[in-house]
Amino acid sequence: MNPLAAEPTPALLLDHVTCAFASRERRGERYTAVKDTTLAVGAGEFVSVVGPTGCGKSTLLNVAAGLLQPSSGAVRVLGAPLTGINRRAGYMFQAESLMPWRNARDNVLAGLEFAGVRESEAEQRAGEWLERVGLRGFEKRYPHELSGGMRKRVALAQMLILDPEIMLMDEPFSALDVQTRQLMENELLELWSADRKSVLFITHDLEEAIALSDRVIVLSAGPATRPIGEFVIDLPRPRDVNEIRMTPRFVELHSDIWRVMKDEVLKGYAQSKKN
Amino acid sequence: MDDSAPQTAAAATVRRPSLRSSPARLALYHALLLGGIFVFWYLMTEPGLIPPFYFDDPTKAKFFFGQPIEVFKRIWTWFSGGSIYLHLGVTLIETLLAFVIGTLLGLVLGLWLALAPTASTLADPYIKAMNAMPRVILAPIFAVWFGLGITSKVVFGVTLVFFIVFFNVYQGVKEVSPVVLANARMLGASGKQLLRHVYLPSATSWVFSSLHTSVGLAFVGAVVGEYLGSARGVGYLIHQAEGVFDIDTVFAGILVLTIFALILDFAVTKIESKLLVWRPGTAETEAL
Repeated sequence: MNPLAAEPTPALLLDHVTCAFASRERRGERYTAVKDTTLAVGAGEFVSVVGPTGCGKSTLLNVAAGLLQPSSGAVRVLGAPLTGINRRAGYMFQAESLMPWRNARDNVLAGLEFAGVRESEAEQRAGEWLERVGLRGFEKRYPHELSGGMRKRVALAQMLILDPEIMLMDEPFSALDVQTRQLMENELLELWSADRKSVLFITHDLEEAIALSDRVIVLSAGPATRPIGEFVIDLPRPRDVNEIRMTPRFVELHSDIWRVMKDEVLKGYAQSKKN
Repeated sequence: MDDSAPQTAAAATVRRPSLRSSPARLALYHALLLGGIFVFWYLMTEPGLIPPFYFDDPTKAKFFFGQPIEVFKRIWTWFSGGSIYLHLGVTLIETLLAFVIGTLLGLVLGLWLALAPTASTLADPYIKAMNAMPRVILAPIFAVWFGLGITSKVVFGVTLVFFIVFFNVYQGVKEVSPVVLANARMLGASGKQLLRHVYLPSATSWVFSSLHTSVGLAFVGAVVGEYLGSARGVGYLIHQAEGVFDIDTVFAGILVLTIFALILDFAVTKIESKLLVWRPGTAETEAL
């Protein structure tokens, strides 16, 4: 089934991960967000995880980032067990993550500054990265002076400047309008194909997942989310996210995956109505 | 003057520009309002100017409320004769010391308690109790403990300033965006770097909103302290004048203190706008 299970050391491996939270309203009761999930991202592979809203996708990513300890199970990064923050991964958040008191350039160079890189060098590299994400001339702008798309570009540069081996992305473009979003998706693919990093991309948008990924994993509705389907996306690269949506193979894959996903989305919807 | 007045009125009805958009006109209105208050004060207190309607003796209004011209004369003699500088200097030193020490203590303790959950749980009821306590009654105790010099006033001012800053810093740290925090951690920030680059800048905006209140309270601390027992300072001057029913001098002292409090507040605003350039302004667009 899984072509990557045989591979000796995936870049990122979630091994039978379960995450349970103590319920806030009723003490002693537990909410199991993720149950017994095994998920691997191969080296240089772009993997998307789709699932209905509120199914624990972000929990999964936080576990991979080391921001959250799983209740049971283990995380392996390039074969080594993960303890603490995942230093080999960059994380792009769904919500605003830039430091509002730093301008665009200082936000991009933050990681270098934390690592103790010389100021002049850090500034130069931050300038280069801002140029690569198309934000030349915006170095001195503060986050509130940038548009939503520009802030996402800064966040992207902020993550990539540290050259992480693994990129964790949590619905990074969900807050953007459709046009900006497609632009950002194409730019992401371009940056990614330059030096293929391993990507774990979380989204609730199936089209986005198919257009970007090598593999799409479908999660069940919460609680106790687990993978229920896995699809290899054999669309040719390089891709244009806008054009590829029209190809027959894309439509075929979409209907295949949607068949698996539909019931879960309905379940997730019923769940959210109950709560 | 007479020609321009109706013209301005007509223009105002057509465009209705807000007062905020024209600083010069706003300043003029401010000055007029202030002048009006002084004129009113003068009219009501000058003996024999208007027939007495409340006091039976025409000089009684002057006795109770002072007279603006006498007040200004007093201020003038103070500054031209130089006798005020010693007192004003003492009061300002007490204010500044109380302000700086109280702010630093509030900042350090606020950061520490906000980041140390055990210590904060332990200290919580005591901090609440100390804040709820009417601290003005501590002033005489401090005078006994620290003498009649500036120390007792500074300590008193610190107890007033500290809590304002402390609660704001505490709140500021608690309200740090968890996403920004997680992002900084993912970018490799150590505990110390998180404090320096995330918690502190985030708390600063809260601290500054409290500094305006703190400056005023530091002044209150200094003056009330002087008033209750000292041999120097503007509070002492006011107290002495009050002892001999010299209302003009009391008002002169109050006026001088007010002006210096405004100057300090202005300085805080200047520093604030310099340090918090990153904060989104409330009005960035302008009607053309």
